[in-house]
Amino acid sequence: MASPIEQFAIKPIIPIHVGGVDISFTNSALYMVIAVVVATVFLTGAMSKRALIPGRLQSMVEMIFEFVANMLRENAGSGSQKYFPFIFTLFMFVLVGNLLGLTPYSFTYTSHIIVTAGLAVLVFLGVTVIGFAKHGTGYLRMFFPHGAPIILAPILVPIELVSYLSRPFSLSVRLAANMTVGHIMLKVIGGFVISLGLLGILPFAGIMGVTILELGIACLQAYIFTVLSCIYLHDALHLH
Amino acid sequence: MPHFDATTFASQLFWLAVTFVTLYVLMSKVALPRISDILEERQRRISDDLDMAERLKAETEAAIATYEKALATARASAQAEIARALEANAAEAAARHAEMDAVLSAKITESEERIHAARRDALAEVNGIAADVAAAIVERIADVKADADTVAPVVAAVAKERGL
Repeated sequence: MASPIEQFAIKPIIPIHVGGVDISFTNSALYMVIAVVVATVFLTGAMSKRALIPGRLQSMVEMIFEFVANMLRENAGSGSQKYFPFIFTLFMFVLVGNLLGLTPYSFTYTSHIIVTAGLAVLVFLGVTVIGFAKHGTGYLRMFFPHGAPIILAPILVPIELVSYLSRPFSLSVRLAANMTVGHIMLKVIGGFVISLGLLGILPFAGIMGVTILELGIACLQAYIFTVLSCIYLHDALHLH
Repeated sequence: MPHFDATTFASQLFWLAVTFVTLYVLMSKVALPRISDILEERQRRISDDLDMAERLKAETEAAIATYEKALATARASAQAEIARALEANAAEAAARHAEMDAVLSAKITESEERIHAARRDALAEVNGIAADVAAAIVERIADVKADADTVAPVVAAVAKERGL
């Protein structure tokens, strides 16, 4: 029986080496490209009729659009509208990655810590740059809660600093760990279905339930990743 | 675990950057403007329709107000017309009444005069007859031929004395 973590193996499809660096087109890259194609085809295709009264697909696209728009408006507040394309892209990239990964025999790029870390660091750096660009050195007030007694500064500033710097870690580990664990669980239960023979009907029933749960988690984690990015953006735009 | 195989990091990050930037461009230049266009178009259509409904309602209310004003004007002019007609009738009636009064009182005066004249004539003749009777009586009783001119003043004096 295959190891439950074999599904996460990176396999080169087209080996590419540039200046000694391996940037091969792998199964991970393939699924990222598929995600881009799926997201774009879904979002533009469903809107191609430009119906004033939307059909089912168009309603779905409009709901996703307004869902993300409301998320950004409610969590990041005023002045956040120009970052909407980025937030929307982030949401679609993670959501489609999570959902594609649930297709049997596919690869889940959001389960790889380096991918989620790439996205989280992008958000972290972006937010930090926006914060300093908007408030200058005043952005450092982030690390000292307004109204706290100055004598607490030696304690509060390191705590706030650590909590700020740990954002990209928590953001990336949360998503990757959730995806990895979910897929390992599916694989393990799937293994039981084969090895238990006729009794495998029981884990088979279980795996259906877990698959539905994983669908929910795929959407939920995409939402959490995006909403936390919005909250970080709020801190950068309006401080605490 | 393949997650921590650092030899794959460069490739994954590279393709992450490529695909993410591609998706960002596709979203911001193609998909999102198209979606927001349609949403705005719908919003505009809805608010246009609401505006139109509002305008039509205002027009309806204006029409109702005009109608009621016209109705009130018509009613007022009808009342005025009726009042004028009543007044004219009353004036005409009063004029005819006065005219008739004048005619009747003229007739009454004329008739009274005629009665007076007749009475005067009658009284004058009564005196003459009384004088004749008196002369005849004197002639038969006293066998005196009484002159009419002598008898008449006496009769008149007696009549006067008796209040005739």
